[in-house]
Amino acid sequence: MRTTNRTRMRRLRTALGAVVAALSLALAAACSSGGSAQAGGGPTSGVTITMWTRAGTQSQTQALIDAYNASHSNHVVLTVYPNEQYPAKIASAAGAHALPDIFTSDVVFAPNYVSQGLWADVTDQFDALPFKNDVVPSFIKAGTSNGRLYAVPHALDLSVLYYNKALYRQAGLDPSKPPTTLAQYAAQARTVAKLGGQIHGSYEGGNCGGCVEFTVWPSIWADGGQVMNSGGTQSYIDSPQAQAVFQIYRGMFADGTMAPGAKQEDGTTWLGALQSGDIGIAPGPFSWYPLLLQKGLDMGVAPIPGVNGGSSTFIGGDVAGISSTSSHEAAAWDFLSWTLGDQAQVNVIAKDHEVIARTDLAQNQYALADPNVVTVNGLLAKGQTPYALNFNATYNDPQSPWTTTLRGALFGPDLTQALSSGQTAITASLQQQ
Amino acid sequence: MQTTTAAPVARAPGDAAGAGRRRKRAGGRSRRRALAGLGYAAPTAAVVGLLFLVPLVLVVWMSLHHWPLLGNPTFNAPKNYTDVAHNTLVATAAWFTVKYTVVTTVVLFTISFGLALMVQHPRPGVGLLRTAFFLPAAVGFATASLLFLGFLSSAIGPVNPVLEHLGLINAPVDWITGSPGGALASTVTLVTWRFAGFNMLILLTGLQAIPVELYEAARMDGCSRWQTLRRITIPLLRPTIALVLIVMTTGSLLAFDQFYILTKGGPDDSTTSVVMVIVREAFVRFDLGSSAALSVLVLLVLLVLNVVQLSFLRRREEK
Repeated sequence: MRTTNRTRMRRLRTALGAVVAALSLALAAACSSGGSAQAGGGPTSGVTITMWTRAGTQSQTQALIDAYNASHSNHVVLTVYPNEQYPAKIASAAGAHALPDIFTSDVVFAPNYVSQGLWADVTDQFDALPFKNDVVPSFIKAGTSNGRLYAVPHALDLSVLYYNKALYRQAGLDPSKPPTTLAQYAAQARTVAKLGGQIHGSYEGGNCGGCVEFTVWPSIWADGGQVMNSGGTQSYIDSPQAQAVFQIYRGMFADGTMAPGAKQEDGTTWLGALQSGDIGIAPGPFSWYPLLLQKGLDMGVAPIPGVNGGSSTFIGGDVAGISSTSSHEAAAWDFLSWTLGDQAQVNVIAKDHEVIARTDLAQNQYALADPNVVTVNGLLAKGQTPYALNFNATYNDPQSPWTTTLRGALFGPDLTQALSSGQTAITASLQQQ
Repeated sequence: MQTTTAAPVARAPGDAAGAGRRRKRAGGRSRRRALAGLGYAAPTAAVVGLLFLVPLVLVVWMSLHHWPLLGNPTFNAPKNYTDVAHNTLVATAAWFTVKYTVVTTVVLFTISFGLALMVQHPRPGVGLLRTAFFLPAAVGFATASLLFLGFLSSAIGPVNPVLEHLGLINAPVDWITGSPGGALASTVTLVTWRFAGFNMLILLTGLQAIPVELYEAARMDGCSRWQTLRRITIPLLRPTIALVLIVMTTGSLLAFDQFYILTKGGPDDSTTSVVMVIVREAFVRFDLGSSAALSVLVLLVLLVLNVVQLSFLRRREEK
């Protein structure tokens, strides 16, 4: 028996040794290829470039790719993922070293991807571009770390107010006079809500951190407030400006001016609600403008005002970078630099009623033909792109402290208390290592 | 075996060599048998090793490190474990998961068992009922969750208009995000609808394994329905009930899909399960080490729970 036990022990040791050796090998292989790379390697033509993006900005990315593929020997192949699942897909692919050559990211998540080393350094290539000083600065800041650039603007999306001109006429409102203060916005929404039936005054993503920050923060900015410090480590949400803005939104939820679905809206049916044509006035991303036009809606576009007038916008959208694990850096940069050029910005992006990433091209022929686009281009100078390393975990994730804060502020018993405890929780999350 | 049982009383000098040869032959046979045994076990061992042991060791290894998405991991034990104590979301999620497990197990088992008893004996129409009860199990769980999301939506769902038409509610009710209780009730309803039929089927196989003669004898002895259920059905169904309860408890403690799709952990984190926190740590906070530490802790809890459940069941069986 003793002999048998010793034999068993020996076998067990051998087997364990083999498992440990295999694991060590796997780990060594996994660890050796980490870290950031410098873009610039690989062939520049005849390359198939893989690219990932999220559904939210798919149409613009696809239009750019189609134009590039038609005029270049490289071929970009796009894979699109649903918005909510996209960050998890990036994370799991990065862990498995299976990222595509290029991937886009919501601009607010970019600082975290940069800090994780997921994108290659493109500073030198970007500095060589003749228009480098005209590329939208808040996006460049999001893609920069320690003075080095890792991602460039890809698709801009600004928050604006949409108002249904047909419903305005029905309700006796002047469609040429959109609100210039937040109180006017609420008053006009209430007037439209009086039409009754399926018609509702307004709409908002009441259960969606990303939707509310995108549409409500501009009002706080317009009033001279800030939601956090420039380093993204301290929340300022417990401010008089935020209090005044939330007070108006609370009122619209409380008296039924907001459509019934707004309270539980997590962002998935937001576009559908605006496309239904039953909403009088509501904030939303400007990238939906073509989609609303397609439904035959006569939509006016206005800047998001503050409580005391003024206006601002959340300059959102996507940045794109070359994966640090890509072996086609040169070809990938060829595509990315082309997307920022005059041809792509004017003849692809501006032509599709989208917002361009270059301030020097704002007065292009397509923008000048549509007054709504002119309005939005004018907002670029007033808008902000908030910066924080822990942005997703703090603001956009359903379990984020911001989601709890905004729901407390909109639907809870005590607005002041919700903002005060929210500021503490948000700051703690922003500072979490 | 032979060499030890047939010991000669007196040995001739040549016999020692013969016994040695026999031992060698016997040793060779047992080695061959051992090799054959190893050969039979090897495929299973490889599968278990590759798909269970290696990932398990890797998760434990990760939980001892700060593990970035790219780049070199750095040893930081026991930080990932001590950080769990400071994560308030973990405490909320753990308490909710326990509450959800108790509620779901009680509701789901009661309904599954009731359905199984209802369709236990062949009667006209029973086949149709069995099929109808089992049908939701054919729907994917994510699909079922989306279906309920649509049904219960205040904007597009038919539940509110139907209830308003029947006069049961005065105004549309926000079932999913209106209150923590509503969100929990919506999820338990979804899980019960989706899994009651499947658990009914497992319980039904146990019920049908009980000999009909026992029921006939009980009837002859004048047992009431309640007595038959208490004295025959439940005791003989104990192994099946134990299996169903273990599956239900484990499934509830590991609940993810229904909350991820239906309630998104809300309102105000009130329906955030432990697995949702694990996913958040890994894919939102990109803290793979912390996520691995939480996974190891959940695994330990499940291990202890299953050992307790099984030992309890075995003791009852031995009695």
